[in-house]
Amino acid sequence: MINFLILPILIPLITGVLLIFAAKRIMLQRWIAGLSSVITIMVSALLVQKVRNDGIQTLDVSSWEAPFGITLVSDMMSAILVLTTSIVAFACLIYSFWSIGEDREKFYYYAAFNFLIVGVNGAFTTGDIFNLFVFFEVMLMASYVLLVLGGKKAQLRESIKYILVNVISSALFVIAVAYLYSVVGTLNMAHISVRISEISQVAQPGIITVIAVLFLIVFGLKGAIFPLYFWMPGSYYAPPAPILALFGALLTKVGVYSITRTYTLFFYHDIGFTHQLLSILAIMSIIVGVIGAIAYWDVKKIIIYNIIVAVGAILFGISAMTPDALSGSIFYLVHDMIIKAALFLLAGIVIAIAGTSDLHKISGLIKRYPGLGWTFFIAALALAGIPPLSGFIGKLLIVKGGFEAEQYWGAGIVLMSSLLVLFSIMKIFINGFWGTPRAYNGEDKVPVGKMMIAPVILVVMAVLYGVGSEFVYPYISQAAETLANPTIYIEAVLKEY
Amino acid sequence: MKTNDVILQTATKVVLFIIVLFSIHIFFAGHYTPGGGFVGGLLTSGAIVLLLLAFDMKTVSKILPVNYIHMIAIGLLFSIGTGAGALLFNVPFLTHAFGHVELPVLGDTSLHTATLFDLGVFLVVVGVTMTIIQTIGEDE
Repeated sequence: MINFLILPILIPLITGVLLIFAAKRIMLQRWIAGLSSVITIMVSALLVQKVRNDGIQTLDVSSWEAPFGITLVSDMMSAILVLTTSIVAFACLIYSFWSIGEDREKFYYYAAFNFLIVGVNGAFTTGDIFNLFVFFEVMLMASYVLLVLGGKKAQLRESIKYILVNVISSALFVIAVAYLYSVVGTLNMAHISVRISEISQVAQPGIITVIAVLFLIVFGLKGAIFPLYFWMPGSYYAPPAPILALFGALLTKVGVYSITRTYTLFFYHDIGFTHQLLSILAIMSIIVGVIGAIAYWDVKKIIIYNIIVAVGAILFGISAMTPDALSGSIFYLVHDMIIKAALFLLAGIVIAIAGTSDLHKISGLIKRYPGLGWTFFIAALALAGIPPLSGFIGKLLIVKGGFEAEQYWGAGIVLMSSLLVLFSIMKIFINGFWGTPRAYNGEDKVPVGKMMIAPVILVVMAVLYGVGSEFVYPYISQAAETLANPTIYIEAVLKEY
Repeated sequence: MKTNDVILQTATKVVLFIIVLFSIHIFFAGHYTPGGGFVGGLLTSGAIVLLLLAFDMKTVSKILPVNYIHMIAIGLLFSIGTGAGALLFNVPFLTHAFGHVELPVLGDTSLHTATLFDLGVFLVVVGVTMTIIQTIGEDE
């Protein structure tokens, strides 16, 4: 079936529409959303296997050939990210069943949830720069709804900031696409890459470098890198745990994916300037993120600042542009999506039990909730990159690639950051779970057992991902090969090229 | 003092049908001349807004007992369905079909599945506009 690669976009889309009809019937909504989520996981797993066996999958939507119509491209990187997105979405979905509350569920929560997945999967799969913009907007519109749904005071305040920042960055995105279109005259990503290498035969023209930096600003605003991360700590603090997990695991990663795609497919001719800039910003993001993570005594804030650290580490690997560093970045990207979702969901349970996210007011949870405590402990070790777990290989390859590219300072900072990340997350474990147990108001109403299902699934995934990295590595290296060698991508899309 | 809107209401009753007819014309003309689902949908909702201005919200919802949120979903289903229909014939998503059909009254007519896609756009635009206006209007 030639339409296979559109199914991870189409299934959530149809589900989202059907859920509008079932808005008031909560059980029906849960069943439909859950079933479609499971089907999406299976379809995306099959897609990964298909890309592994048959190479890059492309689909010329509405039968218009490559540079003229919209092309959807599933190379190994996007297929892996779509699969990870589906798994994270499933975990967040079943976590929502017991934590989000009937008021939100009756108000089109699951419909918006599915539209968010449509946007994320679409952004990972598209092969057209303007179509990428459209999927960004689908994703952002759904995220506005999820952020403001419930109408608490903090949510209203933060969604104003969030929408303002994203409207501005979307306008910049349109401007950047307009500049690029006026220079190269095409919107198909593979074709853009061909045109840019034609005009960069001797030296990359200045305007291409300007457009590259403009794209870095746009995607940096979406992906929260160093000077453009300012909106994130506040906005991500407002929504409830499953939505926060969805945002933390998926939204910034779409920005990171877009930077990766544009910087490996379009702007690889003059890496002296653009990639050096990217590398400096990535290292600054790591530093700022670590400072934030160790400064706060708030469970959510600590994990939110850890997102910035991870984004920095991934982008540092991309900027090094060696095969090792690229595969390390993809490894780390997948790991980070899984583990951030798990940590936010676990933090959600801790906050639900304690009724506060202030670490000073939480202690001794491990006495009554040993399962929660040890799951959090494993997730924390995986986040920091302790060897058998998932964060290790990715960071190892990034550091190795950084040394190969002779960026000793950057690689050293990535290494040092692990220590501080471990410190920040252990601060939650030691202060929240050890110590004398306290009694909390209303903790008996929290269905901890049911809420634990989703994070346990994710932590098991993270452990298997780390232990079975031998099995995963061929897939990752296939993805990195496409990134390191854009002609593979171009030949798959423009057949006669 | 009780206001009397007899001129506005009588004029609305006549003008409404002209606007609706014009919007249908714009909708069907979209393939060959400027127009299409989006403008057509906006014009239709413009007609309903005129009705809302001349009468009150209760009367309008009695005249047009439509759940606009369901209308959005139905419109989306139309558009997705036209695209996904291509999957049944194993051609790429959104591939459209086109043909000349001999219809009883209209004679030789060219029919295109893109019209069904546009009908979806039309329904979504009307649904979204009316949902926005009604929710803001009902809000105290």
